[in-house]
Amino acid sequence: MLDFIVKRFFQGILVVFLVLTAVFFLMRLSGDPTTLFLPQDASREQIEAFQHQMGLDRPLYVQYGEFMGNAVQGDFGESLRTQQDALQSVLDRLPATFQLAAAALILALVIAIPLGVLSAYYRNSIFDRVAVGLTVIGQAIPTFWMGLLLIFLFAAQLKILPSGGAGTPIHMILPMLTLAFYSTARFTRFTRSAMLDVLQQDFIRTAKASGTPTFPLIMKYALKNSLIPIITLVALDLGELLGGAVITEIVFSWPGVGRLIEQALMTRDFPVVLAGVFIIALIYTVINFLADVIYAYVNPQIRVK
Amino acid sequence: MASSIPNEPLIPEDDSLAFSQKTKAAEFFTSLLHSWTGLLGVAIIFILLFLSIFGHWIAPYDPVKTELTAKLLPPLTDGHLLGTDHLGRDLLSRIILGARISVIIGLSTVLIAGLIGTVIGIISGFFRGWIDIVLMRLVDVQLSFPFILLVLIINAVLGAGLKNIIISLAIGGWVIFARVIRSEVLALREKDFIQAAVATGVSRFEILIKHIVPNLFTPMIILASLQISSFIIAEASVSFLGFGVQPPTPAWGNMLSEGKDFIFSAWWLITFPGLAIIITALGINLFGDWLRDTLDPKIKGK
Repeated sequence: MLDFIVKRFFQGILVVFLVLTAVFFLMRLSGDPTTLFLPQDASREQIEAFQHQMGLDRPLYVQYGEFMGNAVQGDFGESLRTQQDALQSVLDRLPATFQLAAAALILALVIAIPLGVLSAYYRNSIFDRVAVGLTVIGQAIPTFWMGLLLIFLFAAQLKILPSGGAGTPIHMILPMLTLAFYSTARFTRFTRSAMLDVLQQDFIRTAKASGTPTFPLIMKYALKNSLIPIITLVALDLGELLGGAVITEIVFSWPGVGRLIEQALMTRDFPVVLAGVFIIALIYTVINFLADVIYAYVNPQIRVK
Repeated sequence: MASSIPNEPLIPEDDSLAFSQKTKAAEFFTSLLHSWTGLLGVAIIFILLFLSIFGHWIAPYDPVKTELTAKLLPPLTDGHLLGTDHLGRDLLSRIILGARISVIIGLSTVLIAGLIGTVIGIISGFFRGWIDIVLMRLVDVQLSFPFILLVLIINAVLGAGLKNIIISLAIGGWVIFARVIRSEVLALREKDFIQAAVATGVSRFEILIKHIVPNLFTPMIILASLQISSFIIAEASVSFLGFGVQPPTPAWGNMLSEGKDFIFSAWWLITFPGLAIIITALGINLFGDWLRDTLDPKIKGK
């Protein structure tokens, strides 16, 4: 088990390193930021001075080497726009992203697990059909459109909630609902599917035959045994949630990492994009690592491989 | 959006092709008639294809012609069934023409990403060894990043436009195909009929072409049909954020992007293009689900 964790850990580090490499070259391929930051009529000397100051006049591999050397020490340079430390400006936005993602995750789980359990237990009933139908439709609705719909209903029509921004708990309601929506649909499907697997097994039939009442049967035997696949699937799906958070943040002007990266992309603020990508890849890798460990813990077959 | 990646082969085993092609086709068709969700999916896909081919003739107005005297008309006024936008362009016509963009993007992306991913998956799974390790590390790298953010970054780098959004989506989407096809190949390698072929001295190349590749067809089709809608939604999201397909080309994503500025006054501008995306994604997903259930009965109803 320890071997497995150590191996996975180093794989994770390698992945973050490769992600940074890929994005570094991608960003440099996209062209020279000089043209965006200096006025159109900047003289040749001004351009060269700027390039020299930013280190953009050196060979690509030198820039890459230096970038990686600094990145290892957490130094991604300064934002080309605000002159603030790039990594720090990303870290400043991290709590907002976590807040939104955590709230949405909890909401999604609270709705999805009971829904999925009931749906599986009453398989093929009207309730099940409606629940399955909703999850199918839910997965076809783009996150950003859900956001627009909620803004339209609660901000434009009913005028009871703000259409964007942050600051009070009220500002979080619409982004949270938007982000939770898609995950709720997926988690309900996971739960239903995991419960169906367990409910078909012999020990459930035995428990039923020996007169175990429905509620304890579901809670004590069925749900408990299906929690493992549910947890694994949910953990693996957190990346999806993170992607959704980026979109949600942009739609609602929520001051998180996703919105910061989007703004930095618009202005070609490389250091901030790279720092943001680093943080997202790091979070993603940590989540995947934890999901793997949980999975290996509950499923010994994986460990042996 | 990238759906969860199954680590197990989609198709458990299928070396008992007892009945002839003809009965299989008939059975396939009957099973479609018995599934109303599958039929609904097929119907939506047909309508979508029809609109994307004949849209120019069906659209009641010129989708890019601005008419400032008729701007922001609500639905059902002056012959504009779904109203007009802030430049007086007919919304229905724009939605009809937008279907073409979605179809082009969905199909070409799935073709490119599917082809790249399948080739890499086959190489990885069949030859194993160091090339498998390298390729799968590459896949890990990509999967350690939200699909939509990756597409956004690549598209911001390449620049907007139809061609670039297709490239961005394909670069972001090939990994799922590579992963799934690789595990299919790995599972196939262990099958008795492959082992038998190896034992009788059939060359590696012949095994690959004659025995492995044909058996990958079904999982590929299933996966492709399930991925198309996530590509279409991703394009809409990226275009909505101001990258991707640019106005005045009518694409559902950028129509919503323009419409969101009028969310307080013109509800139809955000409602109808959104519904178009949802119906499209739903139709393709229903078809894909049906296809999976039919071709792989083991995982039915999950």
